[in-house]
Amino acid sequence: MFAVDNLTVSVGPQARPIDIVDRVSFSILRGEVLGLVGESGCGKSMTSLAAMGLLPKPGPRIRSGRVLLDGADVTRLEPWQRVEAGHDAMAMIFQEPMTSLNPVRRVGDQIVEAVRVREQISAAAAKERARELLELVRIPDAALQLSAYPHQLSGGMRQRVMIAIALATRPRVLIADEPTTALDVTVQFQILGLLRELCVRFDIAMLFITHDMGVIAQLADRVAVMYAGRIVETAAVKDLFAAPNHPYSRSLMACMPIRGAGTARLRTISGQAPQPGSMLAGCAFAARCPEARESCRSVAPAHLESAAGHEVLCSYPVTDGRPW
Amino acid sequence: MVTGETILTVEGLRLHFDVRRGGRHLQVRAVDDVSLSLREREVLGIVGESGSGKTTVGRSIMRLAQPQAGRVVFRGRDVLRQGGEGLNDLRLRIRMVFQDPYASLNPRRSIGDSVAEAGDINGVFTGRADRQRRIAESLTNVGLDPSLAGRYPHELSGGQRQRVGIARAILPVPDVVIADEPVSALDVSIQAQVLNLLSDLRERLGLSMILISHDIGVIGHMSDRVAVMYMGRIVEFGEAREVIDRPSHPYTVALMAAVPKPDPSLRIAGTIAASEPPSQFDRPEGCAYAPRCPLANDRCRVEAPVLRPVGTQVVACHNALPG
Repeated sequence: MFAVDNLTVSVGPQARPIDIVDRVSFSILRGEVLGLVGESGCGKSMTSLAAMGLLPKPGPRIRSGRVLLDGADVTRLEPWQRVEAGHDAMAMIFQEPMTSLNPVRRVGDQIVEAVRVREQISAAAAKERARELLELVRIPDAALQLSAYPHQLSGGMRQRVMIAIALATRPRVLIADEPTTALDVTVQFQILGLLRELCVRFDIAMLFITHDMGVIAQLADRVAVMYAGRIVETAAVKDLFAAPNHPYSRSLMACMPIRGAGTARLRTISGQAPQPGSMLAGCAFAARCPEARESCRSVAPAHLESAAGHEVLCSYPVTDGRPW
Repeated sequence: MVTGETILTVEGLRLHFDVRRGGRHLQVRAVDDVSLSLREREVLGIVGESGSGKTTVGRSIMRLAQPQAGRVVFRGRDVLRQGGEGLNDLRLRIRMVFQDPYASLNPRRSIGDSVAEAGDINGVFTGRADRQRRIAESLTNVGLDPSLAGRYPHELSGGQRQRVGIARAILPVPDVVIADEPVSALDVSIQAQVLNLLSDLRERLGLSMILISHDIGVIGHMSDRVAVMYMGRIVEFGEAREVIDRPSHPYTVALMAAVPKPDPSLRIAGTIAASEPPSQFDRPEGCAYAPRCPLANDRCRVEAPVLRPVGTQVVACHNALPG
């Protein structure tokens, strides 16, 4: 199991830290997909970088909380220390494969490199494994494509190569940060199907980060909705879509343009998310919340369990089953 | 919707790029024999994957790309043959909103100067006071505070910047606005605000609009009529409701099926057969969609289908599904 426990990531001076990820907790079982959804700047990517030990330096730092991989605390370990300690069964794929791949090295060599980080095997054996990995992610003519350079592949194929590199280390945890956002819907569809299949087949715990509620509905088993650095709602995917409890989750769903709805006005969320550091007392969403009451502006909300496995960070969650 | 006379027509537009790859001369048929018409006060949606040519069509109408063949006629004037004064005037009548509000604003110019730029170049303003008034009016029209005129792009959020992009498009009170992926760089909550704004402006200023997007949700929500493009050609064209809800071309059907629906009960199990788009460089003989098409037969692989009426839409497919 992979767990993040009360994780806080901060920027700014030690004496006056600004929390960009604030007391975030979640856990993912093997074979399960947790979708982390939120808008830009909500802290979802920082959460994933902190979990991977990849926070940029100098810059944001983990102020408190823990990252647990199968019970081992890896919070303070650098990536190389994780490898030495044997806690390196985590991999990550990013939004833009072209910037993650080395443009002047053949994709086969890049996969071989990842294979040999973990396994002390001969070059020939590693190359054979690289070919298997390309077949696994369904790249046609895998043996031939080993010698391709990244620019010779389409966006979807590059993302498949990234997935192959991630799988090369035989991860138990896979973090995917908006891996399909830059792709066409038809290609996205295939990559989502591939990720789900691999996750089940290799018993991988996957954290899938996206801003797209549609993608969440298609892929995730459970969902965590993030707003202004905090997780405001966690639920099984069908429970969240059936009855979102947090007013922010409800608003996010309501403002999606849905086909066939005609040209009626879209619902919107007024205003903007607060800047980190400018947050006042009370609930961070209060200023934009259609359900906000006076006390929301002064009293910080607490986590409530509105149903089994359905947690919400709101003083007045919507639990009466109103449609969104 | 309230739509009337045709305001803009595109006939037989063709734009091929010559490229060199590995010493070979290759040709990309970015736009291949595209014809369209835009009616007064209508929103015409163009949807397709990346590389389908939808942006090149928009840029050709603006004369930002030079097509090799075809005609673009705006209110009886041949757009592709305008030069000098005529072209300047045309670019006040037809305006464009771009995708990336970060890249399309000059970081060293104030918001007011950016919004007024087209007016400044064309001597639209009668004086300083008129210029200020028109800038303020434009900003108010897009829901921004006129005091933002003195600010710079880096001081604004993404949503505000896209509003500025729209403000500069509507300053000369154009007839046609071409919006190329106007919301794809924005968060969903902001996206809804900007789409509502575009709808409002269409009503208030009586604009006709060409909306280019890869997002069928956005296109279906905003458009009166929709053109679906695939590898440089229109493969289906018709009323939005028909095209979106009862697609006839197998490509439109696949495109609709691939959109992730926000409903976990409609989850698609397992993997799907749909493959990736073929390379731009070796466009298949016959129908360009045939290699990916579940309905393709021998005829599709040799004979390129032409647009023909199927039900209420026009469809380029030998085996078009009847709605």
